[in-house]
Amino acid sequence: MLTTETEVGIACDSGAIKNEELDKNAPLDPASCSGVWVFSEFRRGALASVSLELLGIGRKLADSRKVPLSAILIGYETGEAARQLIGHGADVVYRVEDPALVYFTDDAYGAILTDLIREHKPEIVLAGATAIGRSFIPAVANILNTGLTGDCTELSIREEDGALLQTKPAFGGNIMATIVCLHSRPQMSTVRPKVMAPLAFDGDRQGQIIDVTPSPAQLVSRVRVLELVVSEQDNVNIQDASILVAGGRGLDSAKGFSLMHELADSLGGAVAATRASVDAGWISYPHQVGQTGKTVAPQLYIACGISGALQHTAGMQSAETVVAINRDKNAPIFGMADFGLVGDLFEIVPKLITRIAERRKSWGKS
Amino acid sequence: MDYFLSEEQKMIVETARQITNEYIIPHRAALDEQDKFPRTILNAMAQADLFGIPVPEEFGGFGGGCLDIVLALEQLGRGCIGVGTAFAASSLGIYPILQAGSQEMRERYLPDAAAGKKFAAFGLTEANAGSDASGIQTTAVLDGDEWVVNGTKQWITNGGEAQIYTIVAITDRSKGPRGASMLVVEEGDPGFSCGPKEKKMGIRASSTTELIFKDCRIPKDRLIGRKGTGFITIMKTLDSSRPGIAALGLGLAQAALDEAACYAKQRVQFGKPIIAFQAVQHMLADMAIQLEAARALVYGAARHIDAHPQNMSKVSSMCKVFATDMAMKVATDAVQVMGGYGYMREYPVEKMMRDAKILQIYEGTNQIQRNVVGQELNKEYARVSVNG
Amino acid sequence: MKIIVCIKQVLDAKDVHLDPVTNNLLREGVPSIMNPYDQYAVEEAVRLKELLGGEVTVLSMGPPQAEDVLRQAISCGADHAVLVSDRAFAGADTWATSYTLAMAIQAIGAFELILCGKQAIDGDTAQVGPSLALRLGIPFVTCVQKVRQATDSGLILERMMDDGYDVLSVDYPALLTVVKDINKPRVPSLKGKMRAKKIEIRKLTAADIGADPLCIGLPGSPTQVEKVFSPPVRSQHTVFTGSIDEQIDQLIDSLKAYL
Repeated sequence: MLTTETEVGIACDSGAIKNEELDKNAPLDPASCSGVWVFSEFRRGALASVSLELLGIGRKLADSRKVPLSAILIGYETGEAARQLIGHGADVVYRVEDPALVYFTDDAYGAILTDLIREHKPEIVLAGATAIGRSFIPAVANILNTGLTGDCTELSIREEDGALLQTKPAFGGNIMATIVCLHSRPQMSTVRPKVMAPLAFDGDRQGQIIDVTPSPAQLVSRVRVLELVVSEQDNVNIQDASILVAGGRGLDSAKGFSLMHELADSLGGAVAATRASVDAGWISYPHQVGQTGKTVAPQLYIACGISGALQHTAGMQSAETVVAINRDKNAPIFGMADFGLVGDLFEIVPKLITRIAERRKSWGKS
Repeated sequence: MDYFLSEEQKMIVETARQITNEYIIPHRAALDEQDKFPRTILNAMAQADLFGIPVPEEFGGFGGGCLDIVLALEQLGRGCIGVGTAFAASSLGIYPILQAGSQEMRERYLPDAAAGKKFAAFGLTEANAGSDASGIQTTAVLDGDEWVVNGTKQWITNGGEAQIYTIVAITDRSKGPRGASMLVVEEGDPGFSCGPKEKKMGIRASSTTELIFKDCRIPKDRLIGRKGTGFITIMKTLDSSRPGIAALGLGLAQAALDEAACYAKQRVQFGKPIIAFQAVQHMLADMAIQLEAARALVYGAARHIDAHPQNMSKVSSMCKVFATDMAMKVATDAVQVMGGYGYMREYPVEKMMRDAKILQIYEGTNQIQRNVVGQELNKEYARVSVNG
Repeated sequence: MKIIVCIKQVLDAKDVHLDPVTNNLLREGVPSIMNPYDQYAVEEAVRLKELLGGEVTVLSMGPPQAEDVLRQAISCGADHAVLVSDRAFAGADTWATSYTLAMAIQAIGAFELILCGKQAIDGDTAQVGPSLALRLGIPFVTCVQKVRQATDSGLILERMMDDGYDVLSVDYPALLTVVKDINKPRVPSLKGKMRAKKIEIRKLTAADIGADPLCIGLPGSPTQVEKVFSPPVRSQHTVFTGSIDEQIDQLIDSLKAYL
């Protein structure tokens, strides 16, 4: 495992702190900044759905500030993506294409976005609170010497001073906080998927596509991408699903999760899980919701055999509608569920699957 | 009750408790069902330094005493006494080396044992020698620079899993009890093998096998202590290890009481949780009283042993009998409180009741322990009159 | 191999609520713990040390009582502990925090690798790791779920993505943030606990690390908390009654919108 031909790692020279460089980047002057920007995530040949949601809220903010809404599209062979962004509300698309950008890297994406922001001075920059957005946006904010509010669930403009009010959950959702960034620009936020509504696609909408050629320096990445591995399981991106079927300790085994998958399939949703069932090895970690897992906000969350420990509910309390199925009628999950079914989930869920199928079939006929 | 444990002892409790909660309890049912040796759990215990508790500091251990090991075993017993037995048997296996081994021998075996890199086992029992240790038939004969061992040990805990085996063999049959000696056999010694795993009623996570010696040749310096001191070493070893078995009983009983009491709080019959019924309350109260009395006795005995290592047989036997009989009773009553649920494998008390039985049998049956106490009393009262 | 792990003491988020009247954070009786993600970072650092040799230093910015989490990290196998503590740090947002940590790391000295938890469970920002790397001028990888290979010159890593994972390679010096899947933290050892009790924790103030007063604490924070409030509670809780079939009927009716 240890290579012998390489030198022993060179310790970082602590002088590498680029304070002088950061000092040069005094924050942009609020007076000179204008426009709302949205970073549009493009991966494996498709736009992330959160990018369209961002255009929805971005449009509102831009209209309220009476400024244009621009989308930043970075990638390679993005095809119709720019047109799509315009159709969903963008006035301008800055499109940066290069074969080197086919894979996301923090260095290249960060450098390109930073330089574009310095050049065009937007007042607001939004990105999805996805794996990619949460990775490189903090570094961009830092190099621009401006503030960033992560995982926002609500954004609005304050009338008096035009400040962006950024509301986000903290302490696992037990507390909401509204954050402002008054003196530096741009005001930057990452926004949780599935929180904002996209605008309907309008093919006739007009917009401008500006192609930007990246410089070789911008394309250098110190982290090398060796391979992209898509999860072999149907859908591990539980933050993107509008319906989640979640299983807990009450499932008793990995087999129990095949029932969860069946129910999720019948609803067109994805499967989530509690920490206990992930730790027991019944399902993989990307499915975990809660304090040390993911935070989700689907429209419908069906909790099966989940007692409702706060470590779990911290990750799903923003769900629109919560259904709990548990045989213990005193389980705390019923205290936060909109609808509760008391009984054996192994009896309830198969029946529920049948009923949903019947229901969908009868609608299909009518 | 506050037993005034030292900071270090509290640390041991905390560490063993964490191992129990994180590593043992989630897996105990599967280990039991599959008769699976808990190697991963033992490795975690090794990483947490638990194997070092009884080993002197100069060999990389903690130099802990009887109470220290009791505290660790009580916590492990709360999770699974099958796992606890595997751990306890390893301590038992190195005890003869600790007690009677030469400095050289201690240097050779104790550091690895303290680090949990090597497990140990203790080989006394044979087909015709259980409670009556004088029936031992395994022999060791000196042939030049080597001992030649022949015979078969039975029901040896950690058989096939340990790397270090301390065994008893007759080195001079003409001398009766003074003709027995203890020797170290290592995994892989020529002529030494282990039989298949026995199928047991309980403690199924622990491995129990025969040790088979067929002209097994081992170096001369594997003799523990002097020739003919085997029985003395065995007695000292068992006297100091029995409170550990008692501690497994404390842990098991605590777990059974916890399960039964929680169940009784939740289970509703005739419109009330069943803990509200006096019939159930009294059962739980008796369980709690017996458990606390046993704990006080075991801790007291362990402290006595740590202070008076020359005079420990009676207290050691007393605490083993009391705590393990108590554990059997409490586990049985826990099943009773939980009724049909208690009898189902889905709930842990079923396993606890099966497991508890071995505590009354191994490391000297509780009948033999009563003999020891009785004989000690006989000696004491030879000197004491009723009027003091 | 010199590894620095940045850890944070946090209030156990599940117990944190606001006073319904004053809207103040109710801290009383809420236990302080090591940020759960940081435990995985400490464990991974100790594993890398065991594999490659070297030393692990844990670093925390916080009040004096944050010593507790540093000692906990020592009991789990870290070698040295540094606490950066100063009243002037109060009110720091992620920008000011990453500045402070960067200055502290400069004071600590050379390193090959910095590890952080993916995020802290109080602010849930996940920003300090990347920001700190940026300030130190080193590459970073967030959400590492596995170290596939570790050598004296660099690492091959799996970064958790929304749709799977990316396999990446990076040379030292570098910074990683880790997710829970990366390992199972060990139970603190008895020897580790003994060491943790006795160890001297190096304490650094704002002046010790040469921090610019305008870059730390509240003055150094571009973002401010405007207000905090409790999330809206779910008003209706309907627990259905009747047979299983009747309950399912009622549920299907209630969920019309989603079916």
